[in-house]
Amino acid sequence: MVAIDIETEDGRREALRRMLTIRAFDSAASDLFADGEIPGFVHLYIGEEAVATGACAALEEQDYITSTHRGHGHCIAKGLDPTFMMAELYGKRDGYCNGKGGSMHIADVDAGMLGANGIVGAGPPLATGAALTAQLKGEDRIALAFFGDGAVAQGQVHEAINLAATWDLPAIFLVENNQFGEGTPVDEQHNVQALSETAEAYDIPGFSIDGMDVTAVYEAVGEARERAASGAGPTFIEAETYRFRGHFEGDQQPYREEEDVAVWRDRDPVESFKARLVERGELTDEEFEAMRESADEEIEEAVEYARDAADPAPEEAYDDMFATVVPEIEQFAARMRADGGAER
Amino acid sequence: MSTETGTSYDVDQTRTMTMREAIREAIREELARDDDVFLMGEDVGRFGGVLEVTAGLLDEFGDDRVRDTPISEAGFMGAGIGAAATGTRPVVEIMFSDFLGVCSEQVMNQMAKMRYMFGGKTEMPITVRTTEGGGMGAASQHSGTVHTWFAHFPGLLAVTPGTPAAAKGLLKSAIRSDDPVFFFENKMTYEQQGEVPVDEDFTLPLGEARVEREGDDVTVVASQRLVGESLDVAEDLAGDVSVEVIDVRSLYPLDTDTLVGSLEKTGRMVVADESPLSYGVHAEVMARMMENAFFSLDAPIQRVGVPDTHIPFSPALEGEVLPSADDVRTAVERIA
Ligand SMILES: Cc1ncc(C[n+]2csc(CCOP(=O)(O)OP(=O)(O)O)c2C)c(N)n1
Repeated sequence: MVAIDIETEDGRREALRRMLTIRAFDSAASDLFADGEIPGFVHLYIGEEAVATGACAALEEQDYITSTHRGHGHCIAKGLDPTFMMAELYGKRDGYCNGKGGSMHIADVDAGMLGANGIVGAGPPLATGAALTAQLKGEDRIALAFFGDGAVAQGQVHEAINLAATWDLPAIFLVENNQFGEGTPVDEQHNVQALSETAEAYDIPGFSIDGMDVTAVYEAVGEARERAASGAGPTFIEAETYRFRGHFEGDQQPYREEEDVAVWRDRDPVESFKARLVERGELTDEEFEAMRESADEEIEEAVEYARDAADPAPEEAYDDMFATVVPEIEQFAARMRADGGAER
Repeated sequence: MSTETGTSYDVDQTRTMTMREAIREAIREELARDDDVFLMGEDVGRFGGVLEVTAGLLDEFGDDRVRDTPISEAGFMGAGIGAAATGTRPVVEIMFSDFLGVCSEQVMNQMAKMRYMFGGKTEMPITVRTTEGGGMGAASQHSGTVHTWFAHFPGLLAVTPGTPAAAKGLLKSAIRSDDPVFFFENKMTYEQQGEVPVDEDFTLPLGEARVEREGDDVTVVASQRLVGESLDVAEDLAGDVSVEVIDVRSLYPLDTDTLVGSLEKTGRMVVADESPLSYGVHAEVMARMMENAFFSLDAPIQRVGVPDTHIPFSPALEGEVLPSADDVRTAVERIA
C-alpha cells in the first residue's frame, strides 16, 4: 500500500489520510509518553509529515527505506501497521520487533523498512547496501535513505553517497532539513548554504525542495526514483521542513522561540494541503474532519490493543541473537535461571 | 595427525595447499556455488588483495561479484550489512584488522544488533575477512590482533583458523552462515602448507575445536600461527613431555567440551593466542576451565600472548612482544 498516484484525486486524499494518521500516531505518542505509559525516548515527526508521505507515495511497494531515530512517520508512510508500531512502543511481544526495538528501532524488512535507527547517520550506508542487492540481483527496486540535517555532518553518510554514486546504485538520499540537530541550528553545523550543494562533490543531481508541500516531495522523489531505476545512479534531495515538537518529548527547547515555531506552524503541511484540496473542490471541511476523526480512532484502537497486548516473557531476552544456536547463550541463561536470576 | 575430534574428513582425498590458496579456493567455490555471494573490499579485484589472497577472482567472476571499493570502510561495511539484510551474502575484506576501528559503528550497532533488535526478523549473512598479527615489521597500525573485541561483542561470530584445512572448511561455513562471521587470518600463516580435502562440499562447523595432536601431560590450546608452532614444540618435547595440541578454530562459539575433555585427561593447560593477554581469549578459556573442570587442574593454567603492548616496528622489538614457539615451550615446561 505504498505507491499512490498523487496526480489523481483519490491519490491526493490518500496522501492526506496518511499525513493525518502520522499526526494522530505521534500526538497519541506524545500524550502517552507524558503520562509515563511509554518507556524510553520518543522523537516525534509532527510538522514533517509531508516529507515521508510524499516520498513513500512515490516509491513502489518493493522499494526499501532506511530511517532515523524520528521514524514513526516513515513507518506509517511505508505502509506499516500503526497497531504493531504502537505495540512496539509499549515493548509488547507482538510489536514489530517483539518488544526488542522500541520507538527508535521499528523495522519491518518484509515491508521494505530497514529500521529506524538510534545512530545518527547510520542509515545511508544500509540503503546503499540494499541498492547494491537490487543491482546485483537485477531487481526493479530502489532504496531511499531518510536522514536529518545533523546527519549530513557524519562521515559515513558521505562514504555511502560516494559509493552509491561511484557504482550507479539505485539509491535516493533524502535529507530532512528540519532546521535543527537536537538544539543546534543547521547553519551552525554546516558551512554550505543549501545542504543539497553537497551533491556536487559526488557529481550527482542535488536539489532543495519545499518539504512542507507533499506534492513537491512526491514529484522530486518520483523523478529521482526513475533516474535510480534506469541505472543512472543516486539523487540527493534536501527537503526543507520543520519539527514542531522538541527534539525528544520532554525537551525544554531553550534554543528557540515560540514565535519562530509559529511562523512554520502557519505552513503546517497537513493544514496547507487540506486547504489546497478544499480550494480545488476536492474536499469539504466536513470530509476533512471525518478523515481526522477516523485517523484518531484508528490510533486509539492501536493504543487499546497495545495496552492489552502481552509482554514478552523474560527468557525471550535470550532469543534472536543468531540464526544458529550458540551454546554459550543457552548455558549462561540456564545457569542464571537455575539461580533464580531470570525469574521475576 | 590422524586424531579426529568433532569432525572428520577423509585424509586420503586431500591436496597440499597453502593457507592463502585454501582461503582463495573457499571463496572461489562459494562464488561459483551461490550467485548471492559477492566479494568487496579495497583492492580485492584488480590488485588481487594486498596479500594476494583474492588474486584471479576478478577475472573469473567479473566486477559485479568482485568489487573494488573506495577507501571508505564505514561506507562499504555498512553497504555490506544493508546488502546482507536484503538477500545477498557479502564477503567483505578489511585490508588490515586494525582498520576495523574505522567501521566499528556499523559493526557494533548495525551488524551485531539488527537481528536482535528487529525481533529476529532479518538475517545477517555477512562474512568479514581480515588479516591480523605481527611478524612483518608492519608496525602498530598494521599488525594488531583484535579478534577478542569481536568474540566479546554479542551478536558476532569469530573464527581464527590454525591450518589450511581449517581455513577452507570454516570460511565456507562462514559464507553459508546466516549470521555475521568475522574471519581472522594471521598474515604469517599465508605460506603455511597443509593437507586440505579436495571435496567442494567439505565444510567445518563453526564452534568446533580440533585436537591436532594427542598427548597426555599438557594441553596446549592454540590459535592461528601458534597452532603450527605449538605442534613443533610438541614434536620437540616428545619423549620428555607428551603435549596435546588443540586448534581452537572458533573463538565464538567456543568449543568448551573439547577443551574440558582434554584438560580432564592431561590436568594441565597452556593457552596460546596472539592477542593482548588481559581480558581476552586466554581469560575466557581459563574462565570456562574454572567453571567446568576446576577439580581436574593439577597446575595453574598458563597463558602465552602479547604482553598488553602494541606491536612495535623494529624487528628487535617486534620479536620481543610476539608470542613464539619458545614462549609456548617455556610455558609447557613451567607446569609439566
Ligand atoms: C552517532 C550519534 N551521535 C549522536 C547522537 C545523539 N543524537 C540523537 S538525534 C541527534 C540529532 C540529529 O539531528 P538530525 O540528524 O538533524 O535529525 P533530527 O533530530 O533533526 O530529525 C543527536 C545528536 C546519536 N544518536 N548518534
